[in-house]
Amino acid sequence: MYTIVAPVMRIVEIPFAFVQSRLGIPRLAWLFLAPNLILFGVFAFLPIILNFLYALTGGDQVLLGARPFVGAANFQSLANCENVFDPNSCERDLFWRAIWNSVLFVVLQVGLMVGFSLLTALVLNRDIRARGFFRGVFFFPVLLSPVVVALIWKWILQRNGVLNAGLEAMGYMPVLWLLDRQWAFAWSVFLSVWAHMGFYTLILLAGLQAIPGDVYEAALMDRASPWRTFRKITLPLLAPTMLVVLVLALIKGVQTFDEVYAFTGGGPGSATTFIIQYIYQTGFSGAPRLFGLAAAASILLALVLAVLTGVQLWVNRRNVDG
Amino acid sequence: MGKIMSFMTRTRAGKGRMDWTDWLTYGYLFVGIVLMFGPVVWLVLSSFKTEADLQRFPPRLLPYAQETVKVEGYDQPLALFDIVGGDHEGRKLAMVRRVGLVAQMVDPASPHERLRVNVADWQPIERISLAVENYTELFERFDFLRYLWNSTFITVMATAIMLLVNSMAAFALSKYRFRGRTTVLMLVIGTLMIPQTVVLVPLFLITHELGMLNSLWGVIIPGAATPTGVFLLRQYMITIPDEILDAARMDKASEWKIFWRIILPLSAPAIAVLAILAIMWRWNDFLWPLIVLSETENFTLQLALNSFQGEMSTQWSNLLAMTVLTLLPIALVFMFLQKYIATGIASTGGK
Repeated sequence: MYTIVAPVMRIVEIPFAFVQSRLGIPRLAWLFLAPNLILFGVFAFLPIILNFLYALTGGDQVLLGARPFVGAANFQSLANCENVFDPNSCERDLFWRAIWNSVLFVVLQVGLMVGFSLLTALVLNRDIRARGFFRGVFFFPVLLSPVVVALIWKWILQRNGVLNAGLEAMGYMPVLWLLDRQWAFAWSVFLSVWAHMGFYTLILLAGLQAIPGDVYEAALMDRASPWRTFRKITLPLLAPTMLVVLVLALIKGVQTFDEVYAFTGGGPGSATTFIIQYIYQTGFSGAPRLFGLAAAASILLALVLAVLTGVQLWVNRRNVDG
Repeated sequence: MGKIMSFMTRTRAGKGRMDWTDWLTYGYLFVGIVLMFGPVVWLVLSSFKTEADLQRFPPRLLPYAQETVKVEGYDQPLALFDIVGGDHEGRKLAMVRRVGLVAQMVDPASPHERLRVNVADWQPIERISLAVENYTELFERFDFLRYLWNSTFITVMATAIMLLVNSMAAFALSKYRFRGRTTVLMLVIGTLMIPQTVVLVPLFLITHELGMLNSLWGVIIPGAATPTGVFLLRQYMITIPDEILDAARMDKASEWKIFWRIILPLSAPAIAVLAILAIMWRWNDFLWPLIVLSETENFTLQLALNSFQGEMSTQWSNLLAMTVLTLLPIALVFMFLQKYIATGIASTGGK
């Protein structure tokens, strides 16, 4: 690898040295920044601006120039509801189904994930043998690709799958897990917790190990019970890390798409269709391609994420200061 | 510190004895192993089963295959059975065909005599055997190598470009004082807040306008400049003392040389962490390739796997083999680089 790269880099140096002699060293910074800034500009800033323009146009053309201006019609269409808690009364009923699915999903998923991550981190923080191995065990699924995660669990949950075999051995009837709305949703939550909890466990474990030990020694002197030590020392001192984990999990949970899409395809019906999948279907996989509507929906999503990210930055800053 | 750890983690009943909390701990860890590794192990075991064995209910742990025998006068190898009842009890017979509850069988030793055996009286002779054809078929009948190449190309190129571009930016932001530095930093922080998922539509338009739809570059380029990467590298490069740069400048080294020959090698640990993360992100990426690549020949492994599961839901054997091959590279990376992955992810907060 290096033998290919090194000569290229030596050739790059020649024009670079020339520019340097003209610009002087301080202004050279812009040259180093240029590739990154161009990529940022074209693929991050420009899309943000364009997204607003898209949201204000209709039709199914890709090119902005060919799209009629419709003002806030896309937003009105999304918001056109008699009762937002009843998707059937909405013009865009799938959008509202996706919203409520996402809300329920995020609440359940984040709750379970933070709970189990904390439990696992506490267990891993004890004096156990082969701690590195066990840390790896819980972390491994984080590395798996969403499609692989989905297929693993599909394989286990299918009609002839190992779970149904276990049920039958215990005298129960086999269940078509992914054809039942509630079960499909529950398994989506489970699969998503399974795939991501190792990541949060890792952060919480780092937080636990950063708690200074003298407070525990003091607690020991005072003969505090383990439960009391946990409640009065561990939890409060871990609170900032918990907050980071909570916000990160929320941000990721809202954006859940690939593993559930590969797992259930959003079904049965629309039982596991979440907001990103709505955007994907509206803009890319359906016909006609309603780019305007998809953009409008993604602006609403961006608002939620911006608020969450703002909270995250604020939390992080407070952590650094404190 | 050691004292503290031993307090926090001591076994309550004293040295060498297990307290109930220890039992609970190891119980939890055991359930953890089963739940976290079990499904993956089950997948790998299943991927070596024949299609017939996969359809079997209830499933068995290990892959078995029916023992067959070549019998004179028959083109196909015949399945071999132990006969456990009826007239021919104790013999090993090969099945010619089955009609309802009765099968016509032959003794491999005397192939000309047809015997009638009741279904209830036989037991298939099976042995543990790996159905390697699940894997070889992927290469013969499906375009597996093509998907593997696409995924590898995207992962390698995207990682290389990202490392170069991000480290150049990080170098400028950490080692130069210039007007507008704070503005640039703020802009980079700003993009941290905008995940790709919310700008899909305009990103699609731009990629389309640049003629990169349905090309691997359309997957590689838009994600090449990551704010996470710039930050991680900048935080590391700040700790490199400026005196080294000044010394190099005295020796009339160009700024590019300073970047390439001094800063980059010194930043190797941070670059390694970012490289591992980039490889993981790109190898596992799904949504953006799904939007950009619509022709099968450009599919990445993830896309191919996803579309296969729709088409081949009745044929798990190849699907499972392909799943295993898709997770294999990541599993290997994990085994060798476990501790770097952990610190890398903890220090960047994922993505």
